[in-house]
Amino acid sequence: MASGEIIETIETTDKTNGGVSRRGFIKGAIASGAAVSSSAYVFREQIGVLAQSPALGAVERLITLNVNGQNRRVDVAKQETLVMTLRYKLGLTGTKIGCDRAECGSCTVLIDGLPHYACSVLTHNVRGRAIQTIEGLERPDGTLHPVQQAVVDEQGFQCAFCMSGFIMSATALLEENPNPTRTQAAEALSGNLCRCADYNKILDSVMRAAEYTRGA
Amino acid sequence: MPDYKLIGKNYSTSDLVAKVTGRAKYAEDFRAEGMLFTKLLSSPMPHARVRSLNTRAAERIPGVEAILTADQLLSVEAPNEAALTNEPLYEGEPIAAVAAVDELTAAEAVERIQVELEPLPFSLDPLDSLRPNGPNARSDGNTIVDGEVKTIKWTETDFAELAQGRLPMGEVPQEWSYGDLDAGFAEAELVLDETAFNQSLSHQPLETRTCMAYWQNGKVYVHPSVQSTARSVGRIARYAGVSPDDVVLINEYTGGGFGSKGSGYPQIPIPVLLSKMTGKPVMMRVTRREENFIGRARPGIQARAKIGFRRDGRITAMDLFVVQDGGPYGASGDYLTAARIASLAYQPLAMRARGISIYTNTPPRGAQRAPGGVQGITALSPVMDSAARQLGIDRAEILKVNAPKGQASYRERNGDESHVTSAFVREAIDKGMEIFNWRERQARSGQRRGSKVTGTGVALSSYSAGSTGMDGLIVLKPDGKLYIHTGIGNLGTESVWDTSRAAAEALDMPWEKTEVVWGNTSRHLPWSASQGGSQTTHAHTRSNWAAGLDAKRKLQEVAARDLGEDPDAYEVANERVYRRSNPSQGMSFAQAAERAIELGGRYDGHELPEDINGMTVKSATALAGLGLMGVARDNFEVGGRSMSHVVGFAEVEVDIETGKIKVLDFAACADCGTILHPRNLGGQILGGVIQGIGIALSQKWVFDRRWGLLVAKKFYSNRPPGILDLPHHEPMKWAAVDIPDPFSPIGARGIGEPPVGAGSGAILCAIADALGGSYFNRSPVSADMILTELERLPAAHDLLMTHV
Repeated sequence: MASGEIIETIETTDKTNGGVSRRGFIKGAIASGAAVSSSAYVFREQIGVLAQSPALGAVERLITLNVNGQNRRVDVAKQETLVMTLRYKLGLTGTKIGCDRAECGSCTVLIDGLPHYACSVLTHNVRGRAIQTIEGLERPDGTLHPVQQAVVDEQGFQCAFCMSGFIMSATALLEENPNPTRTQAAEALSGNLCRCADYNKILDSVMRAAEYTRGA
Repeated sequence: MPDYKLIGKNYSTSDLVAKVTGRAKYAEDFRAEGMLFTKLLSSPMPHARVRSLNTRAAERIPGVEAILTADQLLSVEAPNEAALTNEPLYEGEPIAAVAAVDELTAAEAVERIQVELEPLPFSLDPLDSLRPNGPNARSDGNTIVDGEVKTIKWTETDFAELAQGRLPMGEVPQEWSYGDLDAGFAEAELVLDETAFNQSLSHQPLETRTCMAYWQNGKVYVHPSVQSTARSVGRIARYAGVSPDDVVLINEYTGGGFGSKGSGYPQIPIPVLLSKMTGKPVMMRVTRREENFIGRARPGIQARAKIGFRRDGRITAMDLFVVQDGGPYGASGDYLTAARIASLAYQPLAMRARGISIYTNTPPRGAQRAPGGVQGITALSPVMDSAARQLGIDRAEILKVNAPKGQASYRERNGDESHVTSAFVREAIDKGMEIFNWRERQARSGQRRGSKVTGTGVALSSYSAGSTGMDGLIVLKPDGKLYIHTGIGNLGTESVWDTSRAAAEALDMPWEKTEVVWGNTSRHLPWSASQGGSQTTHAHTRSNWAAGLDAKRKLQEVAARDLGEDPDAYEVANERVYRRSNPSQGMSFAQAAERAIELGGRYDGHELPEDINGMTVKSATALAGLGLMGVARDNFEVGGRSMSHVVGFAEVEVDIETGKIKVLDFAACADCGTILHPRNLGGQILGGVIQGIGIALSQKWVFDRRWGLLVAKKFYSNRPPGILDLPHHEPMKWAAVDIPDPFSPIGARGIGEPPVGAGSGAILCAIADALGGSYFNRSPVSADMILTELERLPAAHDLLMTHV
């Protein structure tokens, strides 16, 4: 039985048998021991959007993106997310993929100054917008951004996989409010998850960054 | 305490600039020319047999380069786990892997693989499997006894207890005891017999276990996301079928592990072998969804504890019985460690421990921060708390009355007696009470404002804190810099740098003049402890101190040889070795390094000590002739097992209308020997505590019981604490007693493990306090549990039910 047939059967069943939920039926069809084509229903949701295969007939379009103040020409498929373009086409691997489902904030970048989850933004939708990533914070002379410097000075974060997302959120916060309370800082960072749970030092870092920002 | 220049001081670790600028490369950040991507075909069922697997259609897709199935792997002996299987034992277990020119092609090929699966019986709950006709998770049995898979069933008579809300206690393979248990209970003023449940818990490191590999000139280059560096090489070599000398492991940054990426993981062979088959680099990008299945978890427990207390709170007898949810593979010993840690933290006068691990068709288990210790402390803290309440004793005092002291003895997992190097737990509890203002806070217990009631709680958590006998390897080069090589790993604890400072301290070397070499086995690393189990702080302050002392002695000898007199007449300080009686007579470190190279032999690494590990010999040999070498095994006295302790104090607010629990404040105090790096220590203590808060309040699996499928598998449905779940109006408080361990130079012990149980235990006790002494004996505590308790309604599920 091919995956397409399963879906067809289910749709028929849904119409004829109101008592069986679609989900229940899918599992039923599988658990009955029929040959299953690679559990397609499970798989479709976990496909990352990488460069399209020519074999699949996908079309990439050459577009211009403004990233960290530079115009970058790049071929982008229509379903490609910004985090994939940044990481796999533009070599900007500082932006991390933690969940790819807008749950953890590791991929946070600034678009026109506002934090966005780059895993949940289509690259085609940000043409002409100013995209800033962790790589764009440091000045060309090597001077760190106040938030970066504060993290270094406070020994903020542990594994730091979440760090670039947090730093981008904190940068956006301090642009808008250079004098936040600790609670306001926590609220601004609440879309970012740190599994090492180094939240205390993260907030210490942001409060110090605010001092640096005000002093700058 | 000696007047250290580096130890105990705050500084910024030298990996931070790479991290804040995005230059730090984690596994998925590497790229190689012609790199292929792999996708996994995973089991949609909790237990099944592959009847047939047809890859022909998948192979025909343009861009597909190789397909790997279980038949192509080395066989693995039961109950161990292979990279791919023909009998998946949990949903999401990989069956086959495709390598293709890009990820979408690989995914398309996975869809075209025709796999016929025969569903097999499955089990999600150890108690179901223990029932007389209950299902076995594995075809070969439901438990492991002395390394062999066996089947154990209990009788209906055994299960009669369950109807009374108590854990049945049937036949179990493991048991040990000491002291007179019956006399202990007879002597007790109060005897409690409690049944408790702890959930199984995914590690959820933010970086998934992605891995990239390629082959070049017979060597395999692997970029995995692992915790340990030196300790991962052997396992990868076995997977790849090469000698450890032909493995180059590059892994300078790991995005968390918490025990789940200790020394590799079963899926590493997938990119390694696909790369060998195709002759091209292969990236296995593990998705969050896949990580939830293959990413390891802490085993949950169903436990029963009968504890006798004297009037003063001292435990006269403890009878502990633990059933562990063991997952489908391996032989996790958490259930035995729970008893080991209970024997240490509470020092019962007599004790019996019994336990069994039962296989289930749920994600595989592995060590997670304080494996077993957390489950034991989370289950027993509320019992200690309840006893104090019933005996009219302060709830922190009962922990002090029972706390280990000095070289306290305890029982190992097999029941053997052991003792610790030192314990200053009472001091830690006193200091914690002080910073939390415990005595006055108690006045707020049960105070109600509107619908919100306040409660306070305290818990003591103990755990292993370091190993011994590792190697240190440092080179002082003619450029005047000290190169400190380390084979531990960098998963965020920063112990790579914190322990390296011991070598610099021994030589009075300014930290700016050092370079730490780590995370790449082609850069000649010494044999090191596993980056796990809080081993490295202890093991490698010792080994680096030993290497530092070795280099110091060699500096003195080199100087004495050229300038006369006895080596002992020379001082090593300020980047020089000089005559104590006349400091102008001496040489700089740079000059001494050059001299060492000229002298050769043991001075520059051409002759090596005989007791160092083979890996260190190879690395030191490769570095020979580059400068003055300090190389030594840690042969310092071992005065017992190194154990650390954390006491946690919590204040919570429970909304009795909604059941919502808010953590208002938390303070923790550690007994972990000398403080190496204060900020980092605070991060470890509070980070661990917060993970414990997740155990108490939010994290759990939910399974569809009919089909055996995982429902709560995302961050939002199996949720680790976020920043707003914690006190954030002001910094959380931490402290440490900072008393050096008498059996270690520098005296530092590990700290990663014990804070977790202090977090979960204190929160559970605080919730019970807010409710006037209602103990749930179950984690996590959810709003519906609070509301049904307050309204005296029957609970939504049994106390012992798993994954609901």
